[in-house]
Amino acid sequence: MSSRRRPRSLLAWVGGIAFSAAGLAWAIPMIWTLAVSLHPADEPLSASNLWAGSHPTLDNYRQAFDIAPFARYYLNTILIVAGILCVQLVTITLAGYAFARYRFPFQNVLLFLILAQLMVPSSALIVPNYTTVRQLHLFDTLLAVMLPYFGSAFGVFLVRQTFKTVPRALDDAARVDGAGWIRTLWHVYLPPARPALIAFAISSISFHWNDFLWPLVVTNSEASRPLTVGLAVFTQLGEIGAQWPLVTAGTVIVVGPLLVLFLIFQRQFVDSFLHSGLK
Amino acid sequence: MRRHRQRPSRTSALPYALVLPTLAFVAAFTLWPSVRVVFDSLFTQNQAVQTPVFTGVGNYASLLHDAGFRQVIVNTLFYAGVTVPVSVVLALLLGLELDRPLRAVGLHRLAFFHPTILPMVSAATIWLFMYAPGYGLVNVFLGNFGVGSQNWLGDPQLALPALMVVGIWKQTGYFMLFYLAGLQGLPREVFDAAHIDGASRLQTLRYLTVPLLRGTTLFVTTIAVVDAFQTVDQIYIMTGGGPTNATSMLLFDVWQTLFSFLDIGRASAMSVILIVALLVFSIANFASVERRATDE
Amino acid sequence: MIMPSRARSVATALVGTLALVLSACSAAAPAAPSASSAAAGSAAPAVSAAPPKVALTFYFPVAVPGPITKIIDGYIAKFEAANPGITVKPVLSGGYPDTLTKIQTTIKGGGTPPDVAVLLSTDLYSLVDSGAIAPLDDEVKAAGGDTYLADFYPAFLANSRYQGHIWSLPFQRSTPVLFYNKDMFAAAGIDATTGPANYQQMVDDARKLTKPGTTWGLEISSDGIPYWLFQPFAIGNGTNVFTAANKVTFDSPKVVQALQDFVDLPSKDKVMPSGILQWANMPNDFVNGKAAMIWHSSGSLASILAQAKFKVGVGYTVGRVGYGAPTGGGNMYVLKGIPADHKAAAWKFMQFMSSADIQADWSIHTGYIAARKSAYDTAAMKDYVAKTPQAAVAPNGLQYAKAELATHDNAQVQKALGDAVQAALTGKSTPAAALQAAQQQADKILSAFKD
Repeated sequence: MSSRRRPRSLLAWVGGIAFSAAGLAWAIPMIWTLAVSLHPADEPLSASNLWAGSHPTLDNYRQAFDIAPFARYYLNTILIVAGILCVQLVTITLAGYAFARYRFPFQNVLLFLILAQLMVPSSALIVPNYTTVRQLHLFDTLLAVMLPYFGSAFGVFLVRQTFKTVPRALDDAARVDGAGWIRTLWHVYLPPARPALIAFAISSISFHWNDFLWPLVVTNSEASRPLTVGLAVFTQLGEIGAQWPLVTAGTVIVVGPLLVLFLIFQRQFVDSFLHSGLK
Repeated sequence: MRRHRQRPSRTSALPYALVLPTLAFVAAFTLWPSVRVVFDSLFTQNQAVQTPVFTGVGNYASLLHDAGFRQVIVNTLFYAGVTVPVSVVLALLLGLELDRPLRAVGLHRLAFFHPTILPMVSAATIWLFMYAPGYGLVNVFLGNFGVGSQNWLGDPQLALPALMVVGIWKQTGYFMLFYLAGLQGLPREVFDAAHIDGASRLQTLRYLTVPLLRGTTLFVTTIAVVDAFQTVDQIYIMTGGGPTNATSMLLFDVWQTLFSFLDIGRASAMSVILIVALLVFSIANFASVERRATDE
Repeated sequence: MIMPSRARSVATALVGTLALVLSACSAAAPAAPSASSAAAGSAAPAVSAAPPKVALTFYFPVAVPGPITKIIDGYIAKFEAANPGITVKPVLSGGYPDTLTKIQTTIKGGGTPPDVAVLLSTDLYSLVDSGAIAPLDDEVKAAGGDTYLADFYPAFLANSRYQGHIWSLPFQRSTPVLFYNKDMFAAAGIDATTGPANYQQMVDDARKLTKPGTTWGLEISSDGIPYWLFQPFAIGNGTNVFTAANKVTFDSPKVVQALQDFVDLPSKDKVMPSGILQWANMPNDFVNGKAAMIWHSSGSLASILAQAKFKVGVGYTVGRVGYGAPTGGGNMYVLKGIPADHKAAAWKFMQFMSSADIQADWSIHTGYIAARKSAYDTAAMKDYVAKTPQAAVAPNGLQYAKAELATHDNAQVQKALGDAVQAALTGKSTPAAALQAAQQQADKILSAFKD
């Protein structure tokens, strides 16, 4: 046994070094961004002046807030994400319950139609969906950003699978007690589905928080613009040229809270990603 | 006492009512648009021809003959062909390493996983800066090895690989987690038996670990491919599709064709091609899973 | 710790309800801009006997960093004070391409467009083709016709005329200029009073200034919109790259020669790095001393002066024959289909925003070139030029400026030329072959438009 250990430990040692180096490499971009966001704007960046400059400053953050309404973008994003999630939780619970609990004509056809959404990503449909939003006169509204996502095939699938594991006996017992479908749903089916719903919630929130293309297409002003589009607009201040301390400050404003939340709730985040199985 | 136990809901409208909201939204924003986009792709409608004119497969033919579009397809396939295997393999290796008792596991996991929670546009902004000629960290780092400052995003040969790095950086941590979970679910006895039989680390990896993780591999590969085909954010922020179409990919081209060039017919045709490509992939994937499952 | 499930679901439900309510409110607001927006701009409440206010919506893109929205708000406040019957609601609508798209697709979708918008001067034909804008002939005539227009720089008006009509007024305009490091010039023994007078002189200067490993004599970017920094080579060679809204001259001999001139800089003369340089990095390279000369927007002057620790000179971009440059930037347009009283109010607003005082102030704060000559006679501008003499160079260069590339289906035609420039610079193709391909592509696109 000992003879087998020695070569393995050398390989493991090298592997360990490489692993830590990779970890460092993975973390450097964010660290550098943080450092440069403190770099004074009138000191040019160069190979010999790469980090926070001679006198690190928070001025870039002040200026960023002056130029772009990040607080508004935050509000919009929170409203969009919360709005989508709330409606999704309602629609997927109802539909999942129906598919899990009832037998009705054409139910497989309807299920198939809904699950078709898993095959066709919304990004491939921006052309017709954009036209729809226009025709509904909802351009540049928070609702326009939310609408296409109110129905979630993934959620229906998840809820249906989860509800199917609930023993019939519990359901029948509730019925015997005189419970209608709502009470049954609330008391019998939802409690054991909580972990799945939480996982779904986290995956929904993180997907829609980071969504870019669709909001880019249907928003036009700070009335409805979320953080992702706001950051892109901020970065693309065209005629002048890259003011990296300013741009990195804007980036930190956008991702900072996310990173902090992640640091605090690391375990929960990781667990739910594993359970959710989708972005 | 009411007796509902044996009554199936065949006459009740309730299940339909429960399904209706979801169905309505899915119909309005997935099903109907899928039909609509196919329909629109059969018409010419652009800045020169403002009212649609029927053209059958005209848009598709024009796309096939367009060297620029062929380049877009090549770029998309190339991007997927590189980022998917690299991220998946890297994720497996990292997962294996992270599975062992290590110091600072949490720190390493944070390092690899944090890009996943960032919006892609912010990742792209960070890397746009990383690739800056002269003082960008990538060039500064390579300069230590004697490699001259490269113009990463301005060189047609280097630009797409540069974007690939960003994609790999962002998603590897995510896949690593899945492998971690998979690894932790593997039965210890099998590995102990292999160890006793004298299997080397490499043999264990090749003949035991990888096959046992096949489900996870399939899963992350699927996500990776579908995501690769929907790459847009980095292109928008970092290169705008250039230089000379070197980084233009399918979804970006759809967006540009509709919103810059206002060519609805052509953009619809491209969208249909994207949908078909993803469908073909999903079906092939599903079929291979089915076949594997029956083989087992 | 995870919150108890009940509290969590209640919280979620509350947030959700709040979200839906708020989103419904905000959905209502932008969809009905006129009535509610009156509260946003002016402070004056409606007095019972006063006529109803005309509420204008004004889209403007931001292309320069700085507290632009604050400055615009300031102008609007001044305008509303002088015109009590009008309120203006400003909407920061992203960049130029976004603003154009949003407006065009609004009109296509039967929605309500804004009343007045700042869009690229080169968007003219696309806007006319989609029936988006209204001509301003009557308004200009009433304001004095040609006498009124004479105060605007002719170069800036070049992109306002089409089919015998006037369609826009210049608002935030620029040209590319040549920034040069006067200290490096002096050290290399080159006269630094003015920039190079023509292409050959620029190359000679650049050769003297290039120190392999530390400094490039010249840097000209070619990403983003490559045609813009290519046009000076052509215009400075005696020809523009287009002659009409549906006719481009990409493959004419002088244009081909112009592209060869551009390509020679990195390949033959070795005064410039090879490949596609990024616009965003040019000012940084300049102030870091990595490039002795750069071509960049006149609007970059302020930020370059703030960062440079050496004397900065401003000269003109050049071609073989001499000075030449395209114009750039945005004009103000009035949208079609708005009510007559809105159009009259919008015209008043346009006149105000392009007045000498406002243009002078706008130029000082943003770096854009003031659209009219009399702006340079205002006290504020005279003070500014006294302190920053480099600011006078760009307006003086307008005599050498010609129209920016603008045709039907503009974005595609510009991309065709841009791709050709990039293909030649990366060695993928010779200038002649690249431009011929671009010409064919453009001809095909433009053949659908009969002028």
